[in-house]
Amino acid sequence: MPISPNSPTSSTGRTRVVIQLRDVTRVYQVGTEQIRALDGVTLALHENEYIAIMGQSGSGKSTLMNLIGCLDRATSGSYHLDGKNTTEMADAALAQVRNERIGFVFQSFELLSQLNAIRNVELPLIYAKDGWRSRRKRAIESLEHVGLGKRVKHKPNQLSGGEKQRVAIARALVCKPSILLADEPTGNLDTRTSAGIMKLFDTLYAEGQTIIMVTHEENIAAHARRVIRMRDGRVISDLPIEQDATSQHLSSESDRGTES
Amino acid sequence: MKSLLWMLIALLRFLYQSIHLALAQIWANKTRSFLTMLGIIIGVASVTAVIAALSGLKAKILTQVETFGTNMIWISPRQPERGPMRHANFWELRFKLQHFEGLMDHCPSIARFGKQSSGGRQTVSHRDQSAEGVRVNGSEQACHEIEGRTFMLGRPFSVMDEMQARQVCIIDSKLRDTLRLDRDCINQKILIGHNPFIIVGVFDPKPHSPFGEGDSEDHEISIPFRTNLKLRHEPWIWSIAESASSEASEDALAELRFFFRRTRGIKPGEPDTFKVESLKNALDTFDKISAMVTTVASGIVGISLLVGGVGIMNIMLVSVSERTREIGLRKAVGARRSAILTQFLIESVVLCTLGGLLGIGLAQLLTMGIAKIPNAQLDMSYIPWWAMTIACVFSAVVGVFFGMFPAIKAARLDPIEALRHE
Repeated sequence: MPISPNSPTSSTGRTRVVIQLRDVTRVYQVGTEQIRALDGVTLALHENEYIAIMGQSGSGKSTLMNLIGCLDRATSGSYHLDGKNTTEMADAALAQVRNERIGFVFQSFELLSQLNAIRNVELPLIYAKDGWRSRRKRAIESLEHVGLGKRVKHKPNQLSGGEKQRVAIARALVCKPSILLADEPTGNLDTRTSAGIMKLFDTLYAEGQTIIMVTHEENIAAHARRVIRMRDGRVISDLPIEQDATSQHLSSESDRGTES
Repeated sequence: MKSLLWMLIALLRFLYQSIHLALAQIWANKTRSFLTMLGIIIGVASVTAVIAALSGLKAKILTQVETFGTNMIWISPRQPERGPMRHANFWELRFKLQHFEGLMDHCPSIARFGKQSSGGRQTVSHRDQSAEGVRVNGSEQACHEIEGRTFMLGRPFSVMDEMQARQVCIIDSKLRDTLRLDRDCINQKILIGHNPFIIVGVFDPKPHSPFGEGDSEDHEISIPFRTNLKLRHEPWIWSIAESASSEASEDALAELRFFFRRTRGIKPGEPDTFKVESLKNALDTFDKISAMVTTVASGIVGISLLVGGVGIMNIMLVSVSERTREIGLRKAVGARRSAILTQFLIESVVLCTLGGLLGIGLAQLLTMGIAKIPNAQLDMSYIPWWAMTIACVFSAVVGVFFGMFPAIKAARLDPIEALRHE
């Protein structure tokens, strides 16, 4: 299996590099034991890529996700986001980076139940530098963008699961982030609703949005254009979707071969 | 300049939103918030009510000052705290006539001076009507002037009344009504005890003084000083004086003190066996007492606010713990530590200030209640604006102080951990 994390296997080598990870490790100290959640990850992700990060639990995909989302810092190595080194940034600066450049979508939506859809979407703008400028208008536009233009005044408990996730996506997009970072975005949704959300992702990608999603579902990952597979804190494969499918097919065949 | 204005607007918007959010949060947990605020409410209400009562009392006294004027001076015997007269009874300390001789000559700051003596409480009768326990005072004419008594009918005592110790009297209008005298009762005869007196004047009832004895139900009758001396062998004597001006008030007190020490034969180094007191003095004394009461009340309230504050802290910690995921999310979408800190601080400040406001409301009800207590001199009670301001500021300070720890705790939460929190 070809393992070359930084090889130009990425779908579009021409475009600007948004994320550049160089030999990133993340070590957790649990009691006296050290756990290397990430062990020398080097990655380059480009503008308007659609990437799925896959792996079993404990593979380090969540840690990688937190790191890319600037919620966490690398123990060693460097992480450049839009050309800026985030490794040395102070907490406040990281918060600003999260606010301006990253839009989070979570498995369990994370909407604030006491606020209606508009107010939920407005949330990142509260913390943005000039977020008060036409805040409401921007929130409504964002909601219209995800197809919820008619349910802006509803509170989360008046919305279906799919609608909640759309509100969350609208919230993630309201600051026009460089990356949309989705962690198991369909994990709490049924198949039909999931399809709707994935269709929305496809549309956003088509409009030029860079999307990174973490998932363990193959059919969800199939929407991406590039698949990064992880195991034990390392990237074990990083291929365009077409090649990834073939290699998966092969590896599962070979697995079966060894089993028999 | 323009950017400064924008920043100000942004800050105001931020405050508005934070307060709005805090109120929404408080409203979402109505019962809990109210119970939490109870400590603050009761604390603020009690101290504000005490201040209201004191303010009312002071206002009452000030109206007395307006009636009497600050120039009025009372002179009466007093037991000293030390010295040979320490254990003397009041009769030994009484004023005698010779103590007053030459007073006007020796005290240039005194404009008017008059002696009064007690004629005891007597039964006063007119035909078949009688009133018991009527306060009889022997007064020199100057006393009525100093006290500023207004005459409804008739005249004050004349020099001749005094010189000849005539059996004439001035009654107050309430006594006239009780005895069912004619409206114009001048020159009518009444009996004080068994002695016949002729009414020469009717004055308004004495304004109710917060220091003076007696209550407003009392009847009062005034006879010339010498008449009282003639009828009673050696009555209890006191006197009142009036300084030439309020600036001379201090001088007048000093002169009187010097004069009486000499006439009463007090040796140097021994304490006074009398007191000379001006209304201004009394007001100062009242101020001291009221400051003391306020201090004590504030101390008690301090404790109550402390307890209330601990309650606030507790509930804020619960709130932080309940809203861990929210904090994680806010951090994920770009909230800095300072933003989270401010959010929770504002929430606790809003909670406390709301408690303070409710406390002031409760105090207003209490004040309205105590103003209705009869004979308590509290009918003029009101909450001064400074007390309201202090109550609000203090509540807010409690909010900042006790909200700080939970807010710091919230601000320090790791977003990843927080988002994983169940």
